[in-house]
Amino acid sequence: MESQKTNLEPSKTDPRLKLIAAKIKKENYKADALIEILHTAQNAYGYLPINVLKYITKALHLPPSRVFSTVTFYHFFSLKSKGDHTCLVCTGTACYVKGAQLILNEIKKQFGLQPGHVSADNKLGVQVARCIGACGLAPAVVLDDEVQAKVEVEEIVNKINAKLLVS
Amino acid sequence: MNRQDLQTIIYAEKAKEQNNKYKHKICVCCGAGCISSGSEEVFRKLQEEIKSRGMENEVEVIPTGCMGPCNQGPLMKCMPEYTIYQKVDCSNIGTIVQSQLIDKKPIEDLLLFSDFRTTPFINAKEDPYFKKQLKIALKNCGDINPEKIEDYLVNDGYKALDKILFQLTPEEVIAEIKQSRMRGRGGAGYPTGLKWETVYKYVSQQKYVICNGDEGDPGAFMDRSVLEGNPHRVLEGMIIAAYAVGASKGYAYIRGEYPLAIKRFELAIKQAKKLGILGNNILGTTFSFDVDVRIGAGAFVCGEETALIASIEGKRGTPKPRPPFPAESGLWGKPTLINNVETFAGIAPIINNGGEWYSDIGTPKSAGTKVFALAGKINFSGLIEVPMGTSLREIIYDIGGGIQNGEDFKAAQTGGPSGGCIPASHLDVKMDYDSLISLGSIMGSGGLIVMDKSSDMVDVARYFMEFCMDESCGKCVPCRVGTKMMHDLLQKICEDKGTLIDLERLEELAVYVKETSLCGLGASAPNPLLSTLRHFRHEYENRISNE
Repeated sequence: MESQKTNLEPSKTDPRLKLIAAKIKKENYKADALIEILHTAQNAYGYLPINVLKYITKALHLPPSRVFSTVTFYHFFSLKSKGDHTCLVCTGTACYVKGAQLILNEIKKQFGLQPGHVSADNKLGVQVARCIGACGLAPAVVLDDEVQAKVEVEEIVNKINAKLLVS
Repeated sequence: MNRQDLQTIIYAEKAKEQNNKYKHKICVCCGAGCISSGSEEVFRKLQEEIKSRGMENEVEVIPTGCMGPCNQGPLMKCMPEYTIYQKVDCSNIGTIVQSQLIDKKPIEDLLLFSDFRTTPFINAKEDPYFKKQLKIALKNCGDINPEKIEDYLVNDGYKALDKILFQLTPEEVIAEIKQSRMRGRGGAGYPTGLKWETVYKYVSQQKYVICNGDEGDPGAFMDRSVLEGNPHRVLEGMIIAAYAVGASKGYAYIRGEYPLAIKRFELAIKQAKKLGILGNNILGTTFSFDVDVRIGAGAFVCGEETALIASIEGKRGTPKPRPPFPAESGLWGKPTLINNVETFAGIAPIINNGGEWYSDIGTPKSAGTKVFALAGKINFSGLIEVPMGTSLREIIYDIGGGIQNGEDFKAAQTGGPSGGCIPASHLDVKMDYDSLISLGSIMGSGGLIVMDKSSDMVDVARYFMEFCMDESCGKCVPCRVGTKMMHDLLQKICEDKGTLIDLERLEELAVYVKETSLCGLGASAPNPLLSTLRHFRHEYENRISNE
């Protein structure tokens, strides 16, 4: 079923695809701009759908293996939707020393989600980051692109619940 | 635009500064740390407050880069008194404006470090936190608006560029850098002047300059703060380097996790191009140089220079065996100079003040200053810059305000996953490249994480091994398989299931991985393990004898 879905050509009228097409044109269809183009695609879609990757592969005249191997090499790129709301727990050294694991444990307990997983209704996705560079404010969590500083376990659970209620 | 036009702009800006109608300047820290604590809203509210009091002709409000003590943020600095308020929120802005600007009575309870010191300093420069520091790379960071090139220009910005273009030959620039005895700030500490000279000596039509801003070490945020707080300084360093080695194209490789740094650096490039400081015929000379930003995509190994080059070429970031070194055959096979963000940030001051001035700072073998990112169980976590050779004790107790909740110091971790732990018995170690190596750690890029007794050193070793295991690119076997095996053994010991044989095997594996891995990631992956074994062996043994 999954493969049927992904075989669909991306819709030509999709404004997101136009963004990618413009970027590819700007980079002169050069293969060395692949990572830059993938950044644009991920920003537009939130992740990298297979059909979009196929589109990029064709446009740059690259073997699919080259594009796929690059995408899977870098942590930043994701082949799966990250969920409507994202909760990214920093597990850098400073956050680790200050108890990032406790936060992850509590999230797992409350929402049944492990890092890298998205809830069945696609509402919430949980990820971990190697270090977001906010070490002075450890432990840090990024909730929908907003950095939460010096996070307390209970507080972050409440904040996630509030996000889920709104949507 | 040629040289004269730029001078005219600088004079005009300086004259504006001198006839400054403003009596006060308030700097609101808009570094990534303070923004996370809500400083952008403070900035907006403060502007409104000043406006509603009709003081907008007296008080200038500017956003700046990182001031240092990130966990006390949002920070607000009132000039010229140099009074810093901490943890400012929208509710107390009115009170601060009233007492500081109108009644001229600073509010002691809101001053920086007021929750730690019985008498906080009204002039923050007197505070030991700032007094013990020496800011060279971070100079202007926290004083100027990083999004305005004019602010940089009036603070001697691009003066060094002007000097080298019109007074020095590339050879003289390299000689100056060599004389400064500066060593690369990315971690390995290779002499910067020597690196420049090597690239200069290779003859090629096309050469490249790359700024390594792929600060992947967990617990390090120096490059981020420099790029966010003073992007033009880094750009100036890159242009000077390009002139010296003969490059015409540059790339700044910045982590994707740092959107603000990317935005500000891109803005800096745009502004510099507009003034003719970057691009074709810089300041009317025959020298041309252009810079593009490349955004990292989250791979620790890309901090390694050959992997970074592969990433700029749009490929998987896997390292290549060296030699050939990038200086000979780097980006697209051309001679390439790669330096760290902090290295480039230190170039302009060396040109302005001379190599001798720089070499007199620090220790004989490690000249200059080093930026450290303090984090972990320390009272004042944030960004500091001290002369090389400052003792760890001074950094933690005099500058960092000691350990949280008055606990005892247990260890400091430097160099991230490639480094090691310094135990309490070595608190007086002088922080320079060689002393740290002799302790089994490395300077690394400058992350310094402080731990108290709540940190279990075996678990710390496991944590870093897990990191290296995940980040191993998989190209060479010792790193790909070795880190996984070491991690599993450490995991076993952490679960109190380890035996003495496991410990022996770990030590054996560590040597194999260290000596046979292709790149720095694998070669240094066993360091956290080896250094915790060296200084905290009893913790491993306790775990084992417990079974």
